[in-house]
Amino acid sequence: MTIYRDDPKAIRALVRANSVHRDVYVDGALFDVEMEQLWRNAWIYVGHDSQVPEVGDFYSTLIGKDPVILVRAADERVRVLSNRCAHKGTKLVSAVHGKCLGSLFRCPYHGWTYRLDGTLRTVPLKQGYDGTGFDTSSASGLSEFVSVNYRGFVFTRLAPQGIGFHEYFGDSLSSIDNMVDRAPGGRLEVAGGVLRYLHDCNWKMFIENLNDAMHPMVAHESSAGTAKRLWRGASPSGPTPMVIEQFTPFVNDYEFFEKMGVKVYENGHSYTGVNFSIHSKYSSVGPYEKSMIDAYGEERARSILAEARHNTVYYPSLTIKGAIQAIRVARPLAVDKTLIESWTFRLAGAPDELLARTTTYSRLINAPTSVVGHDDLHCYRAIQEGLAGSGNEWINLHRNYSPGESTHIAGVYGATNEVPMRGQHQAWAKFMTLGMPDE
Amino acid sequence: MADTRLSESLLAEFVYREARLLDEKHFEEWYGLFTDDGRYWMPLTRGQPDGETHTSLFFEDKLLLKVRIERMKHPNAYSQQQPSFCQHVLQKPALEQTQPDTGEYVMRTPFMYLETQLDRQTLLAGVAYHRLVSIDGELRIRQKKIELVNCDAALPSIQLLL
Repeated sequence: MTIYRDDPKAIRALVRANSVHRDVYVDGALFDVEMEQLWRNAWIYVGHDSQVPEVGDFYSTLIGKDPVILVRAADERVRVLSNRCAHKGTKLVSAVHGKCLGSLFRCPYHGWTYRLDGTLRTVPLKQGYDGTGFDTSSASGLSEFVSVNYRGFVFTRLAPQGIGFHEYFGDSLSSIDNMVDRAPGGRLEVAGGVLRYLHDCNWKMFIENLNDAMHPMVAHESSAGTAKRLWRGASPSGPTPMVIEQFTPFVNDYEFFEKMGVKVYENGHSYTGVNFSIHSKYSSVGPYEKSMIDAYGEERARSILAEARHNTVYYPSLTIKGAIQAIRVARPLAVDKTLIESWTFRLAGAPDELLARTTTYSRLINAPTSVVGHDDLHCYRAIQEGLAGSGNEWINLHRNYSPGESTHIAGVYGATNEVPMRGQHQAWAKFMTLGMPDE
Repeated sequence: MADTRLSESLLAEFVYREARLLDEKHFEEWYGLFTDDGRYWMPLTRGQPDGETHTSLFFEDKLLLKVRIERMKHPNAYSQQQPSFCQHVLQKPALEQTQPDTGEYVMRTPFMYLETQLDRQTLLAGVAYHRLVSIDGELRIRQKKIELVNCDAALPSIQLLL
């Protein structure tokens, strides 16, 4: 068994130009290194600022192995703090969402209190620390992580030093732009609840699948294909129900999925649906288009709505569907266990029907009760179980491979190309080994 | 005037039979219990007001129920290649409400539900509310609403019907 920790050469050797070693999905010790390296060096999605609308509001989650708090501080800025008391490491808050009483975090164990910016405010019987070498001034507070609030989406980089936010994501941020621009009021609000779907597979099965255009017509034949067949057989007279509009494109043919196109960026990001997508032919919703034209003018409104990107992967933690205002967040729990959260958004200034469309989609496709989700997870789990066995150690990512990719992968490709996955693994090797001493 | 109201025990028998149809996988017969505008709803949060502007775990009209049932028969329903089975354990259904004007009865039934697929098993619990209506002398379900006690938990695949 290879020991990967502190061995950048061994880690890099797991990723070849057109294949990847199975240890990347099944080795538990390598998963620990991922949490210490990739999940600290990369920019990871924390939450949306609308989850903490008022000063003192907080949202708690896990970034890699670090419990963190997203909080609206007294200066109205949204900050990302370590959810870990400076005394014994107790998690300060355990509720997912909440409001700080008196604008303070209070440790449930010994009552240390912190201000909303993480600085230490009080320690009971403070004099007990006199002359002990522990500084009870506000400097001994909660660690604040580097964070960027990009149009409401808050990302953090746990490593204090590293790649900048804009350098990391580049022009892939245009997918977030399009999602926000779709709001006549120019902003999004988290709405409709969060689906939490436990996946017994490695997080990469999920992330890779989001730009995999070769699986829908196979894996989803039984669900989307059945919906399509039933609706046709009913020889309906009225308008097509929203659920049929949402199911049916999953069983479009290979040509459709190839031609929708995929755009690949550096650092593992990509999106499918450059030209059109499974979301392009949804019926227009009531007065929404008019409110967009009122807000932006006809030309700009049309250009915003003409973008109907499929899935954008913000490697490694976030995937978004701008066209329907839904996101999915991967929270890795173990090498073979991942929590997938599906969040939906209300477009400020848009009618409720749009929120209903996104909550319907989330339920039909991404819920633990979804017949589409069942077959996806079945395949991810089948990979996890298959890879545990012996046999070829190298997972095949050859489809449409071209040698120039190793030096410059960014570009637009046919969407059945496996280039987004190759790009993800390039980024994986890069951020896994960043800062490791060579030799 | 004779009292035409249905007895609580008759309504309870219906609720027991409905669960048994699911446990025995008589899905077509189960589907036939719903009115044409019938709804099968499992909210995602406690006290959720509706299934439109809030995501639900299930919010199925008859078309969506039909998709689910037909899919299970599909030879390429891969997640059911190894089939799932389920068992409801019901507390005695109680008559919660009678609405003489619409002829509707609401039954409240706390339950536990076990779903298995070979070596995996998932235990869920909650309260089911059946909104029943008598049509041509036959009881039908206008809405079955399932309030899961662990609706906010990270859930594994739930592949059958509660």
